[in-house]
Amino acid sequence: MVAPLLSLRGISKRYGEVRANQAVDLDVAPRSIHAILGENGAGKSTLMKLIYGVETPDSGEMLWEGAPLALASPSAARRRGIGMVFQHFSLFETLTVIENIRLVVPGRTRTLVTRIRELGAEFGLEVDPYAHIHQLSVGERQRVEIIRCLMTDPKLLILDEPTSVLPPQSVSRLFDTLQRLRDGGVSVLFISHKLEEIRAICDHATILRAGQVTGHVDPREHDAHDLARMMIGRDMPEPPPKASAKPGETRLELIGLTYAPDDPFAMPLKNLALTLKAGEILGIAGISGNGQAELSELISGEIRLPLEQREQVQMMGEPVGHLGAADRRNLGFSFVPEDRLGRGAVQGMSLARNSLLTAHPLGLVRHGLIAMAQAADFTRRCIADHDVRTSGVEAEASGLSGGNLQKFIVGREMMLAPKLFFLAQPTWGVDIGAATTIRQKLVALRNQGVAILVISEEIDELFDICDRIQVLSQGRLSPSLEARRTRPEDIGRYMIGAGTPT
Amino acid sequence: MIAVEFVLAGMLAAATPFLLAALGELVGERAGVLNLGVEGVMALGAAIAFIIVYHGGGHVAAFAGAGLAGVLLSLLFAFVALGLQANQVAAGLAIGILGQGLSALFGKTYESLTVKGLAKLAVPGLSDLPVVGGLFVQDSVVWLSLAGTLAIWAVFAFTKTGLVLRAVGENPKAAHSIGYPVIAIRVAAVAFGGMMSGFAGAYAATVYTPLWADGMIAGRGWIALALVVFGTWLTARIFWGACLFGAVSLAGLAAQAGGVELPSQLLASLPYLITIIVLGIISSNRRLLKLNGVASLGDPFKP
Ligand SMILES: Nc1ncnc2c1ncn2[C@@H]1O[C@H](COP(=O)(O)OP(=O)(O)OP(=O)(O)O)[C@@H](O)[C@H]1O
Ligand SMILES: [Mg+2]
Repeated sequence: MVAPLLSLRGISKRYGEVRANQAVDLDVAPRSIHAILGENGAGKSTLMKLIYGVETPDSGEMLWEGAPLALASPSAARRRGIGMVFQHFSLFETLTVIENIRLVVPGRTRTLVTRIRELGAEFGLEVDPYAHIHQLSVGERQRVEIIRCLMTDPKLLILDEPTSVLPPQSVSRLFDTLQRLRDGGVSVLFISHKLEEIRAICDHATILRAGQVTGHVDPREHDAHDLARMMIGRDMPEPPPKASAKPGETRLELIGLTYAPDDPFAMPLKNLALTLKAGEILGIAGISGNGQAELSELISGEIRLPLEQREQVQMMGEPVGHLGAADRRNLGFSFVPEDRLGRGAVQGMSLARNSLLTAHPLGLVRHGLIAMAQAADFTRRCIADHDVRTSGVEAEASGLSGGNLQKFIVGREMMLAPKLFFLAQPTWGVDIGAATTIRQKLVALRNQGVAILVISEEIDELFDICDRIQVLSQGRLSPSLEARRTRPEDIGRYMIGAGTPT
Repeated sequence: MIAVEFVLAGMLAAATPFLLAALGELVGERAGVLNLGVEGVMALGAAIAFIIVYHGGGHVAAFAGAGLAGVLLSLLFAFVALGLQANQVAAGLAIGILGQGLSALFGKTYESLTVKGLAKLAVPGLSDLPVVGGLFVQDSVVWLSLAGTLAIWAVFAFTKTGLVLRAVGENPKAAHSIGYPVIAIRVAAVAFGGMMSGFAGAYAATVYTPLWADGMIAGRGWIALALVVFGTWLTARIFWGACLFGAVSLAGLAAQAGGVELPSQLLASLPYLITIIVLGIISSNRRLLKLNGVASLGDPFKP
């Protein structure tokens, strides 16, 4: 074997009681795409942060091109030629794209803008350099992160779940990029929960379970089922059963929903119509940035319509367009937003306090006072029923791995026993075992008569669980398509706007 | 007419103590640190500067001494609030009280003494204009403060330093993960703020009213803090806010001299009221607040 670009020997890292990494050995060969596989909380992100110098290992040593590597900070890592795209983005919302990039990449603004445009066109990562980050969808933000990283010309590029929010076209273009980068001499460390992706482009894979390496394999020699078993240490959960739908009364209706945001960069919505009945799952497919964020805020109540437009959104048969989020929740609505740190949970608060945010009507507040024991009890049940891996109810939300926090938020909302349940990107960054569990639970809820609306960029996921699919593209919604009688290509046509009248 | 001339001529000098302190606080807050000790730091700076001038040290030495005292007191705040991650509000208040105490202690024997202020420099030509001419006859510190305002505006608008400060203030975690030394940057910003508060105190005590009286800062530090918030953390708005405050307080004096029958307490509170109303209306734009506000303001950061 050729001398490795990067070697780790016996790397360990603890956070309090949690052993995030234990004696990890890893060799990254030059010119290779190396996958790191593992369940939520297996320690993948932690390992990457150690390599990028964000955290320092408790013990063990790292070798970079054969010489010992001690990184005081990420800027030291960047000087060595290590670049990283974070799972939870490290972008600044009030700054523009170009300002975010200038914080990391030296150079004159004008040359940077040209390079952003060039890289964007070359790799299918188009972004407006002058847009503010807070105006961008999660998918667009990730494009910014990736471009920012590519602009530092790294020798080793670390991508922590880069594909989880990219639409399918961009994923294949990103893979082209990564392969081209590899052929140009760059090594890539690649984290993803999508095993087929890993089999498609990775040369090596290292599997982590509970902080320890459980194997080094060539992913092309194993099928996805095998890989999943190595990750979770048992067989994969079965895909959710599909009972035939028995739709009941209408729970959500959009009637000609039209919305013109005052933010000039947001997507206006034009005349959307949908009907969702009890006992049904309706999927909204489409690439984020096509009105997904606006639609989800209009349904959740974060954006209110003026009183005269209130009929455009109906829940449980009542006009609710003018109501705020709390009033809609009182009607039996619950909601999982796409960004879990920020809208789904408060980073610095314990899980028990995060439970209170939406579950307070379930007896967690008595006479206006917080009933801490009940809140802790609720949280314990949520953790147990939804397989959230954490140290306990007092753990801070920001200390949970991405997938585990998502399981917690989905679980919390499910426990509210909603009549109408709305999820945006429910399995973003969730490992295959947990994603299957979440989907199974959604199907079970549907069978019990809950009306479920799912916005997702993952077509496979929508086909897995939905009865009907509508596509949101350019602020317009396609007609409803029966999932069983529709092919992915049909969805794809609507996604690029070919199927909608303009 | 006389009143207008009077207001225009004195407005900038009256605004300068607010402006200097608010600009310093702006830099600290932009980096995410809320230092409520401005009033006390100004008071300490004022006492030090007055003593130096009184003993013949001159104004340059006085400002240097006041600035240094401001830096030291703010570093003490930084040690408690950033180093030990204590609550910033409590730490700021404590430092403020300490500053006022030190000021009273050092100034005790100088009560009611006076010193000589600074000569005014006129802009040739412009200063002879009718009505507005007075605007162009100011002391050197006013001119330097105007230059400083412009410089700080330029730093935030055009330079990487400004960008880094804003980044650290918005999302210290992300700044840390892309490799910026968050704590060091915040300490530097706080120290700069302390220096500016020291200057502000020095100006108030040795140039604007060159007479020592305990408690002479009289709430100006608090107004400076309010200016930063109501000015939505924008240099230009803070500048206009300070000018407005200066102008309204002088207009009150002019009105009194002109025999307007208003209770003096009302006249004295007018500048506060008008400035807060005007800036409150301006700062009520939520989009602007979101864009310019400092997301992590007051939050401790643990790397
Ligand atoms: N800052 C922190 N403080 C405390 N615990 C932490 C911290 N960061 C990570 N952990 C814990 O370390 C373990 C590994 O987390 P890590 O984020 O590396 O998982 P992961 O493999 O990236 O998971 P995912 O696929 O969900 O992103 C988890 O149990 C997590 O709760
Ligand atoms: Mg992770």
